[in-house]
Order: sequence, then structure tokens, then C-alpha cells
Amino acid sequence: MNLDRNVNRSSLRVVSNGVYYLVMLLLAVPFLFPTVWMFAASLKSDQEIFQNPLALIPQSISWTNFVRIFHDYPFAAQYFNSVYIAIVVTLCTLVIGALAGYGFARLRFPGKDFMFILCLSAMMLPSEALSIPQFALFKFLGLNNTHIPIILLQIFGGTGALAVFMMRQHFLTLPKELDEAALMDGLDRWGIFWKIMLPLARPVLVATAIFAFLNSWNDYFNPLVYLNSSEQYTLPLGLQTFTDPLGGVFWNLTLAASTLSTLPLLLAFLVAQRQFVQSMVGSGVKG
Amino acid sequence: MTTNHTPVPRTSSRPRKGGWESQWVGLLFVLPFMIGLTVLFIGPILAVPIMSLYNWVLPRAPEWIGLGNYARMGTDREVLHSVWVTVLFVVMLVPTNIILALGLALLLNVKAKALGFFRMALFSPVVVPLVAWALVWRFVLQPDFGLVNVLLGKLGIQGPNWLFEAPWALIAVVVCLVIEHVGMNMLIFLGALQNVPAEVHEAAKIDGANSSQTFFKVTLPLMSPTVFLTVIVTLIGALKSFAPIYVLTGGSDATSVLMVQMWKQGFKYFDFGYASGLSWLIFLVMLTLTWMQWQLRKRWVFYES
Repeated sequence: MNLDRNVNRSSLRVVSNGVYYLVMLLLAVPFLFPTVWMFAASLKSDQEIFQNPLALIPQSISWTNFVRIFHDYPFAAQYFNSVYIAIVVTLCTLVIGALAGYGFARLRFPGKDFMFILCLSAMMLPSEALSIPQFALFKFLGLNNTHIPIILLQIFGGTGALAVFMMRQHFLTLPKELDEAALMDGLDRWGIFWKIMLPLARPVLVATAIFAFLNSWNDYFNPLVYLNSSEQYTLPLGLQTFTDPLGGVFWNLTLAASTLSTLPLLLAFLVAQRQFVQSMVGSGVKG
Repeated sequence: MTTNHTPVPRTSSRPRKGGWESQWVGLLFVLPFMIGLTVLFIGPILAVPIMSLYNWVLPRAPEWIGLGNYARMGTDREVLHSVWVTVLFVVMLVPTNIILALGLALLLNVKAKALGFFRMALFSPVVVPLVAWALVWRFVLQPDFGLVNVLLGKLGIQGPNWLFEAPWALIAVVVCLVIEHVGMNMLIFLGALQNVPAEVHEAAKIDGANSSQTFFKVTLPLMSPTVFLTVIVTLIGALKSFAPIYVLTGGSDATSVLMVQMWKQGFKYFDFGYASGLSWLIFLVMLTLTWMQWQLRKRWVFYES
């Protein structure tokens, strides 16, 4: 889909350019301001944030907030936890999702339709509402306060089901002759999957990877339920640990940490904007 | 072994390995996912309604009470309040999101310079981690030193305690969430708008329709399947909302939606039976809403025939 082409000429022709740009700029403010302000405030001292909350440009740029969150708090460990969990979740979601997607799209086996309906319903239902029995299960297995529940619930939950669905839709669009030719050339199903299907699925793999990574990076509910110690925390919980003993928030530190949790995603988005946008839109429309 | 690859007509049966193998190979492909799904999701889906029939407060052992938890819900002011807050939340959030997304998509569906910048700007909150976004809003909405009240103060207005006073807290959560997520729907609508063939618009113009008539009578009906899908996804997303509410307000009374209420009962009071009942209630609400949407769609969704 090319978003720039095929523009609807009839609409909004009457609006003059000046008014249009003014409206767009005003609209963009509440969308851009929080992020820009967060970046700016992370460079301010604690006093300055309160003295002049409106200022976008800090009086003097200070990096002490960033030094302090790494020095005085287990922020590095939390950052590492988020990164490694997101990578494990993404890789596993890709492999397991592609396998299942290929199976559902191309192969016949008993109970296939029923299983696919189960998969679809997992996509729709709020996994958070299943947290009570899930918690009881992981408690029984002695896995509380580890990262295992957080990883598994992402891979097999709504994100995983969405991955299976997206993969299936993709494999359905490939010509059947591909499998047949490969079978005749002596490849088995496993070989077809690895050598032919997976390389052809690159766009949908990228889209799935983006979804899986974002969902894992943003996961708040499961870490809140399963993790107790701040060394085990992932970023969404870690961002809320910069408080004094009375519960007051150290805003300068919180905003610096928030900036660092946003930066990688924002940079990735700016670099691969087109891919990002199209993978998101594509997955929404083709359903 | 000879390799005589005579072209096989598509209707004839293609060479297959033994029947049992082609049957089970497929199962092997889906098995890793299905095992995880069954243990972690299908099992719990079945367990929730059963658990809701017990009085089970950790660390005590569960005790059968039948529909007792549901009877308790009917008289529990806190839960009834949560139902009401959830209704308000959904009624405010979903139409705001959809209408704003449509409006923004229309504004971006023109020929203008810097469109890429505006599209990126409006979409960018989607990429900001939800908790970071909510934390910035929490600071901006602080009663004393928050940006919004400082600004209002300059205009001589005493701003409310946004995150804890009754109507404002819910409104604040809705605004924060709509701005975070509307970019997604906006892009989906933009795609749908650009898939409407140009000839349709020209035909409408020739028939003398003005641009608003064209939009409501031609463009919107053509987009309706997309709108329908988007409404359902947004609705379900709204009912699932937990993190931003919890981060912004700590699940205060004014914003205690059902999801927050379930979390409180389950993981604060460890009242697993009652929390399971609430989970089941959330399921039923979501299923009903999805079903209603599905029924309504026949009335207002246009399908090209």
C-alpha cells in the first residue's frame, strides 16, 4: 500500500493551505509534546522541573539524572531484563508462530479447524482475565518471581495467537505449486518450511517481530503479578521505582528512565518508519 | 530410482508419502503452539468459571459456595461502581478514538507538503512505551506543579486534581489513551480511504454531491467493513485497559474499571474465587459486546456485492 498515492482530490480542496498547516500543527502538539517534553525534562535538575515546568529547553543540560539511575538504582539490570525478555519472546514467537501458521495454512491433520478456532479466540479474549488460574498454575510450579511466566505468557498469549494468524494468512497467499514442486524435488515438509516458506515470509516475519517486541517491551500486567524484587523488574515496573520512602516521586529520575525506555523504540521507528507503519496497517486490514 | 517428473495435471492426485505421515506431520507443526496455548490459556479459560464457584481466599483452602460470588457481586457497591465506570470509560473512549481517527485520516488524505511529518507526528505516541507515556501524563496532570494546571493558573483558573476527582480522572485517562493509540486507527482508516477508487468520487461529483455528501453517502459506506473491525478491536482494547489506568491514577475510585477491580480482588486481597467471578463477568461483557456488534453490522456495513 502506498499511502501517498491515489489521493482523494475532492475532499478539503476548499481549505486554503495556510489554515490547513495551522490546524495540523496545532493538532500535532498534544501528540508530540509529551515525548519531546519528557526528553527535555530528563536533562533538567529536580528543582528546574518544578520551577518552570513549561520550559522545553533546559537552562543547563545536566546528565546527572542518567548517571544516578544507573548508579543508585538497579536500572541497568532492569534494562537488561527487558531487552533479553523481548528478544527471547520475539524469536520464540517467530519460530513457533511460523511453524503453526504453516501447519494451519498448508497441511491437513485431524482437529485442525477446532484448533484454529481456539487460536482465534485466544486472540480476542483478554488474557489478563485469565491471570488468576495462570497465577495459581505458576505458583504451583514454583515459578513465581522468575521471568519464565512473563516470557511464556507472551509467546502463547494474544501476541502469539496473532502471530499464528498473520503467518497463516500469509502462507495462504503463496501458490500451492511451490510445496508440490519442492516435494517432488525430494524436500520433506521440514525442509520446505525452512528453505522455501520462511524466506518468502520475510515481510510478515518483520511485522510479527515488531508486534512481539513492542508487546513484550510494554507488558506491565504480568511483571506486576509475577515479580517481587526490583532486580527482577522489567522497565515498565522499573520506571516506577524512583520514589522516596514516603512514596513521593523523583520526577527527574523517572523521566530520565522513561526517556531511556522510549529511545530505542523511537529510533527504530524513525529509521524504519515505512516498514513499521505498513506492517501495523497491513495486519489490521487484512484480517 | 528414476526421476521421471512428468507434469502432473492439477486434478490428479499428487505423489504423497504414506497416509498416516501426511496426517501427522501437520500436527507436529502446530503442536508447539497448541501445547502452550492449551496449558496457559485454554485450561485457564475453563478454570475461571469453576474457580468462581469457590470461596477461595489465599492462603486458605477453597470451599464450594456455588453462585455465592455472583450473589455477592450483585450487592457489592464497589463492583457495581466499577461496572458503571467501565461503561462510562468505553462510551467516552471508543467514539472519541474512532471519530478522531477518521477526522485525522481525512486531514492526511490530501495533497500537501510535510504530510510525512504530520503522519509520523500523529503516529509517534504508538511507539512510546505505554508506561512512559502514562508517567509523563501523570506529571503533566499533577495538581500543584503539573503543566496543565500551571497553564490554567496563568489564565486565572484553578485546575482540578485531575487524577483523583470524579469526572476529571476518567476524562484524563481517556484523553491520555486516545492520543496514545489513535494513530493506529488513523493509519488503518487512511489505508481504507485510499483504497476507495477515484472513479467513485468522480461519479458522485458528476451527480452533484458536495464533499460532505460524498463522504457520508459514498466514502464512509465503502469503508464500513474497516470501521466495523476497528470499532471491535478498539472496544476490546478499551475493556482490557489496565496499565495506563493503574499508572496514572493507581486505580483510584473514579477510574476503577472492572479490570482494575479484578486486579484488586485477585492480587491485593488474594480473593481468588471472587476475582475469578469478576474475570468471568469481563469475559461475558466482551463476548456480548462482540456479538452485538456482529449483529448490528448487518444493518450498517456495506459489502460490495
